[in-house]
Amino acid sequence: MSLVLKNIRKSYHQPGGGDLPVLDIPYFEIQPREQVALVGASGGGKTTLLNIISGITTPDSGEVLVGGVDITRLPEAARDRFRAERIGIIFQTFHLLPAFTALENVLLGMSFARGKVNKPHARELLTEMGLQNRLHHLPRQLSVGEQQRVAIARAIANKPQLLLADEPTASVDAANKQTIIDLITTACRDHEIALLTVTHDPKIAQRFERVVPLREFNQVLQHST
Amino acid sequence: MSLLSIAFKSIRQRLLTSLLTALSVSLGVALMIAVLLAGNILNRTFDLQQFGYDLIVGAKGSPLELVLSTVYRISPPIENLPWRYYQQLKENKHIAAAIPVALGDRTEDGGFPILGTTPDYFSIPYAGDRTFRLKGELLRGKWESVIGSQVAKENGWKLGDQFRMVHAGQDDHVHDEKFTVVGVLAPTGTPNDRTVFVNLNGFFAISGHEKPIEEAIAREAEFFRESEQEIRQFYAKDLAEYAAHAHHDHAGHEHHDHPTPDLQKEVTAILVRMKAEPGREILAQSRAIEFSSRLKKGFQAQAVNPIMPMQRLMTNLVGNVRQLLLYLTGVIIVISGIGIFVSIYNSMSDRRREIAIMRALGADRIKVFSIILLESIVLCLAGGLFGIILGHGFVIVAAPIIEARSGLAIDPFLFDSRELILLPVVIGLAILIGFLPGVTAYRTDVAENL
Repeated sequence: MSLVLKNIRKSYHQPGGGDLPVLDIPYFEIQPREQVALVGASGGGKTTLLNIISGITTPDSGEVLVGGVDITRLPEAARDRFRAERIGIIFQTFHLLPAFTALENVLLGMSFARGKVNKPHARELLTEMGLQNRLHHLPRQLSVGEQQRVAIARAIANKPQLLLADEPTASVDAANKQTIIDLITTACRDHEIALLTVTHDPKIAQRFERVVPLREFNQVLQHST
Repeated sequence: MSLLSIAFKSIRQRLLTSLLTALSVSLGVALMIAVLLAGNILNRTFDLQQFGYDLIVGAKGSPLELVLSTVYRISPPIENLPWRYYQQLKENKHIAAAIPVALGDRTEDGGFPILGTTPDYFSIPYAGDRTFRLKGELLRGKWESVIGSQVAKENGWKLGDQFRMVHAGQDDHVHDEKFTVVGVLAPTGTPNDRTVFVNLNGFFAISGHEKPIEEAIAREAEFFRESEQEIRQFYAKDLAEYAAHAHHDHAGHEHHDHPTPDLQKEVTAILVRMKAEPGREILAQSRAIEFSSRLKKGFQAQAVNPIMPMQRLMTNLVGNVRQLLLYLTGVIIVISGIGIFVSIYNSMSDRRREIAIMRALGADRIKVFSIILLESIVLCLAGGLFGIILGHGFVIVAAPIIEARSGLAIDPFLFDSRELILLPVVIGLAILIGFLPGVTAYRTDVAENL
């Protein structure tokens, strides 16, 4: 399996006291190379779930197995290293570093993993994304669509097992939405990476082989209706 | 991509702020270098610990002024001593050598101080047991001159060249008499390098240098506490010769070809070496102390150990001022450091997102802490290195100007060993400065800031 979630529970402390449950997931899995779209309304805990899967946030209880490794049991530094090497992330607003060129943004992603920074590979990925003439451009010199392509290249640069994409088309115009999704799904297929995309756009979701409404397996949402 | 290159990128992103903060460190360090080197120059110049003579005898007045004038030649002479007093001193049984010096004039070219003396000046070591080395000859002839190495270098003078001197005083009168360079001294690292030595007889023979007869009689009467009648009797022969000379015809020879009467001769100071038996060098010192205290009680002259007044000046005044300046420049560096701290710390709120992105890409807390710390070290180190270059550059530019204005010999490529601790101190400061912003980066909550 690329990803298995077991008995994940997460709640947040409320300012007025008491806890607000956000996630209660008994079981969820993604097969290797599988491409899954997770759909749900805003405030449904999608981003929290991605943060837990990537190890940025820890659940209150439960197991997160990525490639068989329960990342909730890893110390924080090991979890960071694991994320760098095995999990790629694409953010809604790209999160490119403004002082770094397109190539450097990809190299930066590589530099936190254990392996050496591989410049030819970074160039290759950017070329794959159609950015061979934009390697040395700063993010502000790139169009929104181009920025997201750099973000895709950065996310797959360390050859991860799992790619998490948080509303990857939310910031791009309608014309670019399909292109971006095509680039992500094609890259995952070509590089044999399992993909979990969070989206609230049905048109985007329908392009995936498996579409999972968050409500279906997050019991917090089931109880709230 | 190394952490250092990530730190560089971050500095480049805020280039103007980074440059200005690094520049403030540079200025602090440059000032520190300038103060260190200035102190070093003063020490080298004024803290001469060894002389070939034991005492400087001069007119009553400030001992410091006597040393500054006789040894360093940067202060005008206090008052002159009669030639007869020098002759008496020479006869003292405890004195091994007494060398007369006459100061006041300067060269027309370059404004180097002129020192009229006898060839014996070069027979005593100029420091410890280091003796003068000379290319050419000593001051045998009346119009002969020996020049210091720096004079030869700056004025381009060589053996056989001639020069004239400017009279001390407000009129800047240039004397007609010309001296010929017959010797060039090897460098000594002392004020001798910037001095022009002329034969004392030639110095006296320059028109205007001889004291007017009546004035000389009055001065001697006052100096020796004798009546003018007694002075006239003592110099009866000189006075008769003077009267005959005043009325004879000067056609066919110059006025200055006549020997100057002793009555009209004066010296600025007398360098004295006390007698000491072999193995009993201490005897010379105790004799010098005794001689000095005897003169102190009298009314005619003072005898000064050349080391003491300068040592007192260096320790009590210059040393304390230098220490104060060092503290002040230290404070300036710390203030610059605080500037860098404020700059980095303020940027942290804008950079939380960047740090969160790096953490999301897999950078652990230690890495983001290190990036901020490296940024601080790079800024401080670059500022410090530039400051060292700036400080030395300032000394290199200022050295010839100070030399020209003060007459002090300054090595523009001087290095103070304490400079070696400046960079480690700057790095230490950078670590202190970067620590708190680094901790802020370390504690950044990734989920909250993405």
